[in-house]
Amino acid sequence: MGDVLVFAEHVHGKFPKTTLIAFAAGQDAAAKLGGSCHAVVMGAGGLDALASEAASYGMTTVFQVEHARLEHYVADAYTAALAALVQAKGIDTIVATATAIGKDMTPRLAARLGAPLAADITGINADGTVVRPMYAGNVFATVKLEGAPRVISVRATAFDAAAKGGAGSVEKVAATLDEAALKTRFVGLEEIKSDRPVLTEARIVVSGGRGLKNGENFKIVLEPLVDELGAAMGASRAAVDAGFVPNDLQVGQTGKVVAPELYVAVGLSGAIQHLAGMKDSKVIVAINKDEEAPIFQVADYGLVADLFKAVPEMKDAVAKLKH
Amino acid sequence: MKILATVKRVPDPETSIKVKPDGSGIVADNIKWVVNPFDEIAVEESLRIKEKVAGSEVVLVSVGAKVAQEQLRTGLAMGADRAILVVAEDGLEPLAVARVLVKVIESEQPDLVVMGKQSIDDDSNAVGQMAAELLGWPQATFASKLELAGDQKTATVTREVDGGLETLSFPLPGIVTTDLRLNEPRYASLPGIMKARKKELKEIEVGALGVDVAPKARLVKMEPPPKRQAGKKVASVEELVHLLHTEAKVI
Repeated sequence: MGDVLVFAEHVHGKFPKTTLIAFAAGQDAAAKLGGSCHAVVMGAGGLDALASEAASYGMTTVFQVEHARLEHYVADAYTAALAALVQAKGIDTIVATATAIGKDMTPRLAARLGAPLAADITGINADGTVVRPMYAGNVFATVKLEGAPRVISVRATAFDAAAKGGAGSVEKVAATLDEAALKTRFVGLEEIKSDRPVLTEARIVVSGGRGLKNGENFKIVLEPLVDELGAAMGASRAAVDAGFVPNDLQVGQTGKVVAPELYVAVGLSGAIQHLAGMKDSKVIVAINKDEEAPIFQVADYGLVADLFKAVPEMKDAVAKLKH
Repeated sequence: MKILATVKRVPDPETSIKVKPDGSGIVADNIKWVVNPFDEIAVEESLRIKEKVAGSEVVLVSVGAKVAQEQLRTGLAMGADRAILVVAEDGLEPLAVARVLVKVIESEQPDLVVMGKQSIDDDSNAVGQMAAELLGWPQATFASKLELAGDQKTATVTREVDGGLETLSFPLPGIVTTDLRLNEPRYASLPGIMKARKKELKEIEVGALGVDVAPKARLVKMEPPPKRQAGKKVASVEELVHLLHTEAKVI
């Protein structure tokens, strides 16, 4: 059997938790499909430290691919460089986490390789079949990927982050890029700065819905509770649609999928597509004045109350607990 | 300019989906079928370009069962000029759909293709990227803003990525996939619905395109998700925080 290759995404010179999850998924894939688990780190240069760090997560070989056109992630350049590596090394299975980059790149890579794709998988079975949610998580499909290579993107909540262990080797590989075929230009990234934990990594997530009524109330009502809990802030699609908060806070089928230890849903009804993004949370709390709201059907603790009264009260009660 | 927008027939997002007892698929009865919400955004964006750029044409394309005519008519009623339905069995995998689309794109030669970022049934989020690669075209997925240069030769796209907004620029033709905040789709007007009946809706049998649509990601079975039990109602914030601390031990 051929080997597994993990695409190791990095941000500001570090691996986010989602990449450690990809390492774990890659190792799981290698254990079940056979072969060794390698990783690839790509960029314009200066990747030595990241490559050796990747090797310390039990990757057999870390391929370090550097090229000026890989300075920023752009689908066409990254796909071309990655496909060339896959072919040169005889890789059978490519694994990436379903982040914004993973979702953008893996289908393009699959098309370039003529390979089957399983998107956003939640598990790998002992027989090598994979499980993926469909229909907003109302269906779990078991899928068999025929032939090799094959491409898998992994749902971040479905695997635990890899732990350090073992020391693989690093191999520098020259990128082969037909620059004339690269037509996309990276113009810029406007980062949303926040001191709060990253939504997909937080231990506690507090999400608001249309019940908050406007963006101002996210700030003055919800945020004090978010910060008192040291939580990340999320939102329902309805709140994003209404323009209360930016889309990168959206939790749900078409937004981010989270599974924190505690998920507090405030003033959101619990539409099917929202539940798809949070129902694997360990403990779910719902605060809503409508006792018929579907969110109560998945909540461990439900409080039927006016959020404008309950949320500040909860913030005070949490503060008191700390002292 | 010529813009091609995709339209997929999917279950209404509020429909509760049930798996057939034998796990071979979903129960198709009592489902209300709609245009994939992200495709509606794609049609709307195409129409907005047409309204700005004189002489533009918006062509819709769908790949699926014959009944998808209904969703194409909805797009025509919104204001698209004509539609193409590639009649195929439902449930083709993303790479097969991308190959079919590429055939249509090669024959229509649009300047721009706008597609939903994902269909809310399969949830793969893949066809746009795959078609772009097969064509050797640039792609911009998860678009929240699309701007065309004055000569309509270049697109600048703002994308919703992890941690912020990214801007890409590329020469046309290219493929853009839509995110939620790109626009708010219009409703079809009554005159629009009347006019749509007379617009061209061409059908092509998938077999006539000569593409490989054989599945490589084979569905073994479908299952419903594990049920989550509803918990308890609490009477007050005080009780809630107390239980989170002492019983659930999460704060």
